[in-house]
Amino acid sequence: MEKISNFTGVGAPFRYSNVDTDQIIPAIYLKRIAKTGYEDGLFSTLRQDPDFVLNQPEYEKAQVLVAGSDFGTGSSREHAVWALRDYGFKAVFSPKFADIFRSNCGKQGVIAGVISNTDTVKLWEKMESEPGIELEVDLPSQVVRCGELEINFEIDEYTKWRLSEGLDDIGITLQNEDKIEEFESRRASWRPKTLPVKGD
Amino acid sequence: MAEKLTLAEKLWRDHLVVKGENGAPDLIYIDLHLIHEVTSPQAFDGLRLESRDIRRRDLTIATEDHNTPTKDIHLPIAEPTSAKQVQALRDNTEQYGVRIHSLGDKNQGIVHVVGPQLGLTMPGITVVCGDSHTSTHGAFGALAMGIGTSEVEHVLATQTLPLTPFKTMAINVEGSLRPGVSAKDIILAIIAEIGTGGGQGYVLEYRGSAIRELSMEGRMTICNMSIEAGARAGMVAPDQITFDYLKGRPHAPAGEDWDEAMEYWKTLKTDDGAEFDKEIFINADELDPFVTWGTNPGQGVSLMGEVPSPDSFDLASDQESAEKSLQYMDLQPGTKMKDIRVDTVFLGSCTNSRIEDLRAAAKLVKGKKLAEGLTMMVVPGSQKVRIEAESEGLDKIFKDFGAEWRFAGCSACLGMNPDKVGEFKRAASTSNRNFVGRQGKNARTHLVSPVVAAATAIRGTLSAPSDLED
Repeated sequence: MEKISNFTGVGAPFRYSNVDTDQIIPAIYLKRIAKTGYEDGLFSTLRQDPDFVLNQPEYEKAQVLVAGSDFGTGSSREHAVWALRDYGFKAVFSPKFADIFRSNCGKQGVIAGVISNTDTVKLWEKMESEPGIELEVDLPSQVVRCGELEINFEIDEYTKWRLSEGLDDIGITLQNEDKIEEFESRRASWRPKTLPVKGD
Repeated sequence: MAEKLTLAEKLWRDHLVVKGENGAPDLIYIDLHLIHEVTSPQAFDGLRLESRDIRRRDLTIATEDHNTPTKDIHLPIAEPTSAKQVQALRDNTEQYGVRIHSLGDKNQGIVHVVGPQLGLTMPGITVVCGDSHTSTHGAFGALAMGIGTSEVEHVLATQTLPLTPFKTMAINVEGSLRPGVSAKDIILAIIAEIGTGGGQGYVLEYRGSAIRELSMEGRMTICNMSIEAGARAGMVAPDQITFDYLKGRPHAPAGEDWDEAMEYWKTLKTDDGAEFDKEIFINADELDPFVTWGTNPGQGVSLMGEVPSPDSFDLASDQESAEKSLQYMDLQPGTKMKDIRVDTVFLGSCTNSRIEDLRAAAKLVKGKKLAEGLTMMVVPGSQKVRIEAESEGLDKIFKDFGAEWRFAGCSACLGMNPDKVGEFKRAASTSNRNFVGRQGKNARTHLVSPVVAAATAIRGTLSAPSDLED
């Protein structure tokens, strides 16, 4: 994963709340087995509407999505994050994210930053008054800047550290392999095992 | 005296490999990892790229469910991308030596039906799967969570997950359900009460006399939809009903292992005096059958009620959301729920496709005819459920009624395979999500219990079993 510190990119005002991952990417796009190339599925139903925000030329190169509350609810599909990432988004802001979605973002180098409802509306209004305006996302100081606006966002310390260092979770965990082995040596024999196959 | 702990906290304590320091998450051991074709191919690719092996293939099991057909399963899968995805799972499990139950196998079916039926799901364990409805397994007193594909790869490689401790919420459901009211109605009422984000950051523990009276199937229905309240997991403390359900299943502990397990399992309950971060109370005595009117599972109402007006909500965001939902659902405020006519009925999904669900619906439709103009599809949760149902003659009851009798899989719950609700058609569905476009483009979903699905299929409009008595 690439290290992230701060970056500047076009912001898109996404005035929707309660956006579940079925809306971010419908199940039909989940049949693929590749790890990239999901940009065509992003918001595919909403994008059929010519007036939809991402269909406007100003937002063609958008990298920062500012969404309403309860973003990424429902299905655990990481494809939702892959679609955002492949489309070019590096950060998403919302007053509230679903847990699994937020966790998935952290694995793919996408910042999921929590901002207040009031700040969300302020950002929407600013972006709509100057379509195509760039936002500066400053991960170390957890601030997003847009024109005169300077808004603090929340992200958990550990995810922030991993994103900043570009670290691979599995690599970190395997540093504790001896502790995993020790835990396994104490595992009770009644606990489930899928092998050997039992029954008919 | 020992610290007083909730059930969830006990499971966390007993699976802690490394305690996180300085804001780092805890490293938690995973007892059982279930995989399926949709969220695993990229995880196996990740392993190959890094030349990593699977740490514990003996704690891993795969089945095909999301993207498989539910008819003509003897033929090759017609749709090329679906065929390729299913083949990728078969290739990956073969290469890495993972047990798989493929189409046609007795233990093929929805991953959350297969784990319990094999006796792999048991109290006191941690279960993960790249599917949000993994919360189902919490019904056994397990800590069970849905995960993303990166985490699937992580568990394959390390058999652990870095996790931040959750908050705990007690959901106390006291009283006794009236006839015609079931587990599905309890969970729909809970989600309507706390909202789709109400459980965020929490593990829910369902407690109280109404939960104790439920069968394992009913408890699974409730835990299954914990994710619809935004929770990472839901659970029920194990009791004699749990132990009776488990005993004798292929992978349930036997002999001395059973005795040792029982000794531990009996400690798996929230200590008296332990504190939850939040508690809510639901009165089961007063519950009606519950149905949804909108496009998220929190937009539910008593079947005896009516479509609400957006003005009836306090928050502006809820009003806006209700307006959009009503537009999509093509419903007018004030319409009686029972006056809503449906086009199709879907009985299936990891929420309600177990043998008890099929029996309850079959009992109502036996000897009757499907309402004119309606279609109905019955999709058993697993091939084993299908065989069991057929041995009881349930298939014949459904077919005589006018319903289609299918093979096992996720089917029209998410419409990934050819099973979909038609455009602008209205469905009464025993599944878990009434999202925009979930069951098909512009499809309109009302979430219902199996007996409401059956009564609706008979009458053509959303109906309670009690309506059949008139």
